[in-house]
Amino acid sequence: MPAAPPAIPHDTVIRLENLDKVYQSGEEVAVHAVRTVSLSIRKGEFVAIMGASGSGKSTLMNMIGCLDRPSGGQYWLDGESVGSLNKNELSRVRNQRLGFVFQGFNLLSRTSALENVELPLLYSTHTLSRKQLHDQALQALERVGLSARAGHHPSQLSGGQQQRVAIARALVNHPALLLADEPTGNLDTHTSLEIMQIFQELNRKGMTILMVTHEPDIAQYCRRQIVMRDGRILRDEPVAAPLDAAEALRRWSRPHEEDAEAGA
Amino acid sequence: MNFSATWRMALRALRRNMMRTGLTMLGIIIGVAAVIAMVAIGAGAKAQVAASIEQMGQNILTILSGAARSGRVHMGWGSAPTLTKQDYAAIRQEVYGISGVTPEVRGGGIQVLCGNQNLNTTIYGVSEDYVSVRAWRLADGGNLTDADVRQAAKVAVLGHTVATNLFGGGSPLGQIVRIQNAPYEVVGVLHPKGANMMGADQDDMVLIPWTSAMIRLTGGTAFRSITVQVQHADMIEEVMAQLSALLRQRHRLREDQENDFRIHNQQDMMEMATSTAQTMTILLGAIAGVSLLVGGIGIMNIMLVSVTERTREIGVRMAVGARGRDILLQFLVEAVVLSVGGGFIGVVLGYAMAKGVSLKFGWATLVSPESVALAFLFSAAIGVFFGFYPARKAAGLDPIEALRYE
Repeated sequence: MPAAPPAIPHDTVIRLENLDKVYQSGEEVAVHAVRTVSLSIRKGEFVAIMGASGSGKSTLMNMIGCLDRPSGGQYWLDGESVGSLNKNELSRVRNQRLGFVFQGFNLLSRTSALENVELPLLYSTHTLSRKQLHDQALQALERVGLSARAGHHPSQLSGGQQQRVAIARALVNHPALLLADEPTGNLDTHTSLEIMQIFQELNRKGMTILMVTHEPDIAQYCRRQIVMRDGRILRDEPVAAPLDAAEALRRWSRPHEEDAEAGA
Repeated sequence: MNFSATWRMALRALRRNMMRTGLTMLGIIIGVAAVIAMVAIGAGAKAQVAASIEQMGQNILTILSGAARSGRVHMGWGSAPTLTKQDYAAIRQEVYGISGVTPEVRGGGIQVLCGNQNLNTTIYGVSEDYVSVRAWRLADGGNLTDADVRQAAKVAVLGHTVATNLFGGGSPLGQIVRIQNAPYEVVGVLHPKGANMMGADQDDMVLIPWTSAMIRLTGGTAFRSITVQVQHADMIEEVMAQLSALLRQRHRLREDQENDFRIHNQQDMMEMATSTAQTMTILLGAIAGVSLLVGGIGIMNIMLVSVTERTREIGVRMAVGARGRDILLQFLVEAVVLSVGGGFIGVVLGYAMAKGVSLKFGWATLVSPESVALAFLFSAAIGVFFGFYPARKAAGLDPIEALRYE
C-alpha cells in the first residue's frame, strides 16, 4: 500500500492526486468526466461540491464513495490507498469507513426504519448478536431524533423522516466520512433545513461531511464550497459566513408538525 | 454476513410477496407431490407383485414335464408325460438341499358334492409337503400325511372357498365330500390366501393325495410338474444342477439331446415381475420429474423478475457494504427456501395423495423414505441450480447502475 506523501497532515480524510475518469462506451468518443482533480479534505470539514449537471461532480462523488474506480490518479481514504483495492475490499471500505445519503433516500420498502438502519451492520465483518444490532441501530436513530418511529415502514414516514432514517443508516457503522448526494433534492425548504441542521450538528461533533448539491442556498450551510465545471475544479473556497440551520428554523414562522416530534 | 441474518432476510423478502411465493412454490409442490405419489404407486405395485409371488412359496423350483410334439408343432411344457413316479421318488431320495417335494396332478372343473350342495373346483393331487412348500397354513384340522399318500387314502384338505361354499359356517372336519362319486373324508381346511396376481381365487381348490388322484381322477402315471422347495436361496443354482443331472440320467438323454423337462425358477419369475413394476415406477417417476423440472424453471423465472425488480435494493445493499458474495447468497437462499419449502409441502401432499389413492382405488402404495429423501434433496438441488443464475446476475450488478435503476 503506497503511503501518503509526507507533506499531508495526518488528519486528512480524503486525498485525491490527479484523479481522472474516462468513460469509453463502444466506438463513441471517450467522455472525460473528471480531469486531473487534486483535492484534500481534512477531518471535521463540511464540504459542498457544486456544479451544473455534467460537471463531473457525481462521478467524483462516486469515486470518493468507492462505488466507481478512477481511470487514473491516486486516492487515499483515511491514509489507505483505495485505487488498488479489489471489489470485496471496496465493499469493506464502503461498509466501514463511508456512510451514504442519497437524494431518493433509497430505503428498503416494507422494511421498518430500524431494520433499514441495521443493514450496514449485517454486512460488517464482525458478527453481532440480534440484540447488539438492535441496540446500535436504535442509537443511530436516536441521533437523528427518530427512535420513536423505529417500527415504522418508509411508506409511513414523511420525506424528511425517511431522509433522517437514511442518515441514521449512514451513521450506524461510525464512518470516517459521510457522503451525501443531493440529500435535500427531494425535500421542501423547511425539511431541507432540518436535514442541514442534523448535518451541522454531526459536523460540530466532528463528523466529516461531503455533500453534492446544486442549490447555492443549501451550500451556504456548509463551511467549504467546491465548484466544478467540465470535470475540473473551478473554485475551492471556504464559505465566508456559514449559515446556521437551527437559527433559520427558529426564524421559520410556520409551525411544523415535525418540530414537536423533534423536540419530544 | 452471517447465515442466520441471510436466512431472516430471505424469509422476509419471500413474505413480502406471499401470493407470488405461494404460486412459485406450487410448481415445486406439484412436482414433488407427483414424484412421491407416482413412485409410491409404482413401489406399491412392485411390493404387491413380490408379495403375491412370495405367497406361492419361497425358494421354489418347478419341474415341468416335456413338451409333446404334434408334427412340427411344439405343444407347451407339461404336455408330454415325461415325469414319472420313479423320477419323483428319485428326487425325494437323491437330491440334497431340499426341504420339500410335491408332485402335482391336476383335475380341473371337477364336481364336488356334499349332501345337497355341489360345486365345480380344481382338485390337486399332491404330497404331504405341498402345504408347506406352497406356503399354505391350515385353518382347521390336519394336513395330508405320508401314510395317506402311500395308501392312496380318500382324504381331502379343502380350500377356504370350497369349505365355506359346501359347509357354510359349520365345520367340515370329519365330513364326507364326494369327488367323482368317490367319498373323501375332510381332514383339514386351509387358511384363505385370496386372489393371485391374475385375479384367480387361490382358495377355490381341494387337495387330495397324488396317489388317489392318479388312481381315481386322471388315471395316468406321469406328473405334469413336480415342485421342489430349496432349503436356502443361495442353494437354488446347485439344486437345479442336481435335478437336471438326475433327470437327464434317468431319462437316458445323450449329451447332444435337449432336456425333455424344464426347471422353472420362481426367483426368475419374481425378478421379471418386479422388473416390470420397476420399469413402471421409473416411468411414472420420470414423468413426475418433468413437472418438478418445470417447477424449477418457475423458480428461475420468478427469481429473475425479483432481481430486476429489486435492482435498486441491490444497489443500496452494495453501497452500504454488501459484497457480491452476500448478494449471491441472499438470492440463492431465497431460491432454496422456495424450493425446499415447496419440497416439504410437496412431500406431505404426495404422501396424502398416495394414501388417498390406496383408500379410493384400493391400490397398494408404498412411500419409501428413500423417495422422500430423494425428492427433498432433488428439490433443494433445483433451488440451487435454478437460483444460481439469477443470483449471479444480481451479484454481478454494478452498484452505480443499480442505484440509478428506475
